[in-house]
Amino acid sequence: MINNLNIMFPEVFLSLSIFSILMLGVFIKKSFNIIFNLTSLIIIITITIILTSPNETEKIFLDSFTRDAFSNYFKILILFSSFCVLNSSKNFIIDNKLDKFEYPIIILLSILGMFFMVSSNDLILFYLGLELQSLALYILASIDRDNLRSTESGIKYFVLSALSSGLLLYGCSLLYGFTGSTNFELIASQINQENTGAVFAMVFILVGLAFKVSAVPFHMWTPDVYEGAPTSITSYFAVVPKVAGLALLIKFMFIPFSNILLEWQTIIIFISIASMILGAVAAMIQKNFKRLLAYSSIGHIGYALAGVATGAISGYESSIVYISIYVIMNIGAFSCLYLLKKDGQYKENISDLSGISKKHPLLALSLLIILFSLAGVPPLGGFFAKFYVFVAVLKNEMYGLAIVGLLTTVMSAFYYLKIIKIIYFDDSLITFEATKNKTAQISIFASCAILITFFLYPSFLNNLVNTLFIS
Amino acid sequence: MNFPILSSLIFLPLLSSLFIFLSKDKTNNYSSIYISLFSSIATFFLSLFLWYSLDVNTSEFQFVEEKSWINNFIKFKLGVDGISILFIVLTTFITPICIISCVNSVKVRVKEFLIAILILETFMIGVFCSLDLVIFYLFFEAGLIPMFLIIGVWGGPKRVYSAFKFFLFTLLGSVLMLVAIIVIYWLTGTTDITQIYEIKIPREYQNILWLAFLSSFAVKMPMWPVHTWLPDAHVEAPTAGSVILAAILLKMAGYGFLRFSIPMFPIASDYFTPLIFTLSIIAIIYTSLVALMQDDMKKLIAYSSVAHMGYVTLGIFTLTKQGIEGSIYQMISHGLISAALFLCVGVVYDRLHSRMISTYGGLVNYIPKYSFLFLIFSLAALGLPGTSGFLGEFLVLTGTFQKSYLAAMLATFGVVLGAAYMLWLTKRVIFGVTNNSEIKKLRDINKSEAIMLVSLAFLVLFFGFYPLPLMETFSVSVNSLINNYETAIISN
Repeated sequence: MINNLNIMFPEVFLSLSIFSILMLGVFIKKSFNIIFNLTSLIIIITITIILTSPNETEKIFLDSFTRDAFSNYFKILILFSSFCVLNSSKNFIIDNKLDKFEYPIIILLSILGMFFMVSSNDLILFYLGLELQSLALYILASIDRDNLRSTESGIKYFVLSALSSGLLLYGCSLLYGFTGSTNFELIASQINQENTGAVFAMVFILVGLAFKVSAVPFHMWTPDVYEGAPTSITSYFAVVPKVAGLALLIKFMFIPFSNILLEWQTIIIFISIASMILGAVAAMIQKNFKRLLAYSSIGHIGYALAGVATGAISGYESSIVYISIYVIMNIGAFSCLYLLKKDGQYKENISDLSGISKKHPLLALSLLIILFSLAGVPPLGGFFAKFYVFVAVLKNEMYGLAIVGLLTTVMSAFYYLKIIKIIYFDDSLITFEATKNKTAQISIFASCAILITFFLYPSFLNNLVNTLFIS
Repeated sequence: MNFPILSSLIFLPLLSSLFIFLSKDKTNNYSSIYISLFSSIATFFLSLFLWYSLDVNTSEFQFVEEKSWINNFIKFKLGVDGISILFIVLTTFITPICIISCVNSVKVRVKEFLIAILILETFMIGVFCSLDLVIFYLFFEAGLIPMFLIIGVWGGPKRVYSAFKFFLFTLLGSVLMLVAIIVIYWLTGTTDITQIYEIKIPREYQNILWLAFLSSFAVKMPMWPVHTWLPDAHVEAPTAGSVILAAILLKMAGYGFLRFSIPMFPIASDYFTPLIFTLSIIAIIYTSLVALMQDDMKKLIAYSSVAHMGYVTLGIFTLTKQGIEGSIYQMISHGLISAALFLCVGVVYDRLHSRMISTYGGLVNYIPKYSFLFLIFSLAALGLPGTSGFLGEFLVLTGTFQKSYLAAMLATFGVVLGAAYMLWLTKRVIFGVTNNSEIKKLRDINKSEAIMLVSLAFLVLFFGFYPLPLMETFSVSVNSLINNYETAIISN
């Protein structure tokens, strides 16, 4: 038993470090800076641990915990994106007096929850991981506790998420009842089209997962929470839990539900098309940048789900590539928000960007690159993300889905162009403070550099992802 | 040839735009202008060298470069033949002219403007070089970004509307092409067009794929009824933007028909010929009539471009040697003439800030050199023998007569209408009575304007009298295009 622990060494290390820095935080005064830096260090160490660990599939604890290439890839993606989000938002956190030492610790806790989510091979472990992550996120959403909007968004997220967790749990119990097992592989062997109860359970689980990745029609919480929560939290919400949620969704479709493909495929196609359309239409009228990014993230999840909807490994791979590029684009987009500071206030209305190309040419150029990439215009990274998804979708002859997807690309291009219009074509109104926010600048630069140079070696991510499903 | 001449042709402008971006040039923009001018002229000479060293006696693709790009999937493949080389040279020739023109007409953010033009040049050359559908799509679409900014940032009062219309129309057309490209990949297992030519796409797929490609090319061309973005974009774009748009961007679609639609889908091309004929004839007659009614010079020239592009599509889909050669000739010649006409409008616009025909009148009395050049270009635009405009239209009509008398007669009628609006424009602007007192104070063209306009006028007249250099270049490629088409039709 104790030998098995080295398979979950990243998780063990992460838990132990969380407890130690929690102690440290309690006993040292004004410990935010120390804890923050330690958190970054812990993330880096965990990344190294995972990178050095072998990719062979290992299952432990009665096959409830898996370590394989798939979970390792997602763990690294989660850690990497958390690292970028956390570091680029440091100045923002301090300026907005969110610098409580619990902040980075709670983020680490949610990462721990996600680790268990992507590694789980069992309904119980999966649910425990999901709840650990969700509880951490509830606190994060309302971390600015004196701010009415932040608290409101926390409550909203808590109530709706609790409801979805309830549905999910109900689905899990149904699944257990109808298949007699909580283990993914055993469920897969028991489930088939005649097993109506299990199909029912699948619908409940799908609803719960769709909520976590904020796909239409379970997206209602997203705009409000994104707008209400402090920007640093919003950027975390927009990136990291989505990665974990999508990983889990793919895992469910790939292992336990692989025999009832035709049953869930229709649902995912519907969710995907609805997300793409709503994301494109609703974003057009937004005035708040964070709210706009919320709708745009709904749309992007729609594209990622289009890859999942194929039910083929090539489709899952394209979804994973999509979400990876989405992470890079969103880190860049949110980092730009940290630079829009005027008189100690961070601006988040789209109209505040008016004419910034004259006073802040580099910031404007970065936003231009990121927005065109989000719109999926070649030769930027965002285009390749969409391209791979549609290659997979068309391989499975789902022409309708592909055409709807590409038409919504055009619709969503409209609102990205609208922001570019405000940045480049309109008159300059506000001069923002010359910022000293180096970390945000670095992450913007890195994000833009990756998006621009992606076309030089576009199969980089594919090569990584190709190995994930071999086992 | 081991030296990657095509890649260096494509990436030279990009590299120099990077230089301009990094150069610290705050007070005046001379160093940016010199860098961009130097690099674009170097690119021009490189493309001339390419033309010179191209073997025109074969229809094979030459200077082929191939690199693995997306693993086991897409290769980064470039190459030129007798058709594409001319468009490349046209692009590299027009770009320095645009850069010279911006010295007079662009007053704000010159550095950014030059960067946008050079990046656009990279994408345009890329379109004409690519031998892979995905690479082609990549360059074809990427050109939207700089053009959107050129119209939107440096354009006229209604620039936002025009820029959006331009971007969204083109994007909407192109996404269907992307679907078609991916479907072709799954049908044939490759996106390399030389291989697709060999493999032959199953006929039940041809029609639908052909239509998907049409949706993109028709918008870009532009063909009636999706031409409405063009007048708006032309009117609001700055002079250099209009020049690039008319001279090169519109040619991408015609090139696309020749490179992709006809060789890949010969059966569908044959099947849809009546559709193209109808649309082309409507474009020729209808937009000529619309052009007659314009009181904005740029809009008039924009509508005349749509009409001229109507001849191009008509000629391409006659699928005869004369028709296709005429179309290519017409595209090159229109590239020169429309560029020159937009520059002419730009010259007087920089002085009086009006594009309205009614502002002008009797220019010949005050600025004779300008008037003389304007006259040459407007006569070339209506297809006067001795100018390059004549030959293209003549060959297209010759080709059309072999296929359809009705279409040919209607198209010939369009030539008359073309003469009507161009002559009427010249009459009202160059001749006639001067009502506006400011015209008397107008300066005639300065040195840089003279360089641009005279070099264009020289080429227009040169290719009007001596078409052989162009004809020789594309003749063999066109022959093989038609041969392949006919074998495909017969074997069907």
